[in-house]
Amino acid sequence: MLRFTVRRLLQAIPTLLVLSILVFAWLRVLPGGPAGALLGDKATPESLADMRRLMGLDEPIIVQYFKFLGRVFTGDFGNSLASGDAVITEIARRFPATIELSICALVLAIAFGIPLGYLAARYRGRLLDNAAVITTLVGVAVPVFFLGVLLKYIFAQKLGILPPSGRQDVTIDATHVTGFFVLDGLLTGELDAAWDAIKHLILPSIALASIPFAVIVRITRASVLDVQQEDFVRTAESKGLTTPVIRRRHVLRNALLPVSTTIGLQTGLLLAGAVLTEKVFNWQGLGSLLAEGIERRDFPRLQGLLLLAAAVYVVVNLLVDISYAIIDPRVRVR
Amino acid sequence: MTKLLTRKAERIDELAESGGTSLAKDAFRRMRRSPAAITGAVITILFVLLAIFSPWLAPKDPYVRYDELRENLTPSHIPGPMPGFLLGSDQNGFDFFSRLLVASQQTLIVGVGATVIGAAIGMLIGGLAGALGGWVDTLLMRFTDILLALPSLLLAVSIAAMFANGTQWTVIIAVSVVSVPIFARLLRGSMLAQRSSDHVLAATALGVKRTTIVFRHMLPNSLGPVIVQATLTLATSILEAAALSFLGLGDSDPDRAEWGLMLAKAQGLLDVKPELAFYPAIAIIVVALGFTLLGESLREALDPKNRR
Repeated sequence: MLRFTVRRLLQAIPTLLVLSILVFAWLRVLPGGPAGALLGDKATPESLADMRRLMGLDEPIIVQYFKFLGRVFTGDFGNSLASGDAVITEIARRFPATIELSICALVLAIAFGIPLGYLAARYRGRLLDNAAVITTLVGVAVPVFFLGVLLKYIFAQKLGILPPSGRQDVTIDATHVTGFFVLDGLLTGELDAAWDAIKHLILPSIALASIPFAVIVRITRASVLDVQQEDFVRTAESKGLTTPVIRRRHVLRNALLPVSTTIGLQTGLLLAGAVLTEKVFNWQGLGSLLAEGIERRDFPRLQGLLLLAAAVYVVVNLLVDISYAIIDPRVRVR
Repeated sequence: MTKLLTRKAERIDELAESGGTSLAKDAFRRMRRSPAAITGAVITILFVLLAIFSPWLAPKDPYVRYDELRENLTPSHIPGPMPGFLLGSDQNGFDFFSRLLVASQQTLIVGVGATVIGAAIGMLIGGLAGALGGWVDTLLMRFTDILLALPSLLLAVSIAAMFANGTQWTVIIAVSVVSVPIFARLLRGSMLAQRSSDHVLAATALGVKRTTIVFRHMLPNSLGPVIVQATLTLATSILEAAALSFLGLGDSDPDRAEWGLMLAKAQGLLDVKPELAFYPAIAIIVVALGFTLLGESLREALDPKNRR
């Protein structure tokens, strides 16, 4: 097990290194190069030359790359053009909001996705199954941002039962300890603040959960259908085990393996969905940070967020593989 | 037990009736019986026909601002249906119905353009890796792994952000990059699987040249999964392009009629005229659904495991 983990860890290193080269190259092919990108519209030939010297762009490219790598390892992504703050500070400030939203979305997707997928497989070909299949197809075909806008329009603007945007009502003077607003409310005993934060979470979570939900339902259904036909299930049946036992121990347990991989992959993708969802709901997280960065062509910020997203994705994949090896011993051998 | 036997008997009867068919014929026969496949195919065909003939179908010129529409246009009021203008005006005084029709063309161009470019580059990479193997394979697959290591939308965003001004082509290129690694992996996997299969071994034993084996024996056998993936990619490409438009990285031509752009630009107008967002959204959803249905049922029909 340890050997597998170490091998998998070692495999992730070249991936991350090449990724850093790509991001490094990406900054260099931007219009005006990194100096131009950094100065934006205010660039003059003199300021460009100054900036190039300041950034060490007159040094050999290899030296530049290693310096870049060194900065990345120490978390120095430069300063945001829009706010002037260090990118890493911005990211740290917005991080809890996105984590809070992502956890909610993921919990929603799993809590509804796995049971629905399982039931669809159990009642294959019946009304419930057909409804589930159609839901998953439509769920993937609806643009995430449109779903967000639609939810906002119906529940916030027309019905007025849920807040349209933000993380908490501005009139609530809540104390923030951790940056996770719901948790903060509970910790400080300000229950009304926590409740308000939960209400703000509902719509964006549903929008963000739509795609992972559809994918989880799909994979669970397909996986349960697959496992049901396995020899060991037939063996269990002929041994005379009761149906609930077979379903729980033999079918569901084996069927959840591919589902766990899917959940992991979808977790890595949440930041991409968050870019759209957070923009719709003006949710002050990493996604809206990225969206604002795009609008203002704030390349230092984009670079930091891209590296972060890729690193998260690689690490999540790593964790998925390792957890897979824990659940299924057969994987370790490969 | 009896159930099992009758099923087997039915299968034998069926096989005898069909008298042995090719996979393609068999797949087509199975697709005709599946409602999902038919729905997908009908939507796809209608969409393509609409895209081709929309310039003649549109009752008004979609690129002309009409005075009748503009004089009643205020920030808080967009004219609804009126004689000659089936769905009234859009936010710029264009005929909304005509634009909705013509937009199918741009949407198809973006979807097909991105898919074709992505598939072509991806297949080149995957084909080289699968055919040559060795260090070429390792190098190329490392590269595609890296592309896969970024969430697709972020990858598209980082490509699109490189261009100072968005055009139709920057969108197509940004979206196509996302599907390159998928096609590459797919073709390589399929070719690797064939390398040790009987028909390739037989060809090798007969002394057939390697290029001939690759082009005549391996590639045609890999086309099924590639076509399936291309159909599914058409759907995701259209959705990704819409997302790019929403983030302000889309085509910056203000007059361009494309569903994703129209949807993105109508976000703030839900209170004034929700149709401006709803209709393009419905169009995108239906088309994406059509491609997905078609792709999924193609996959099922081409899967030899389902051959009966």
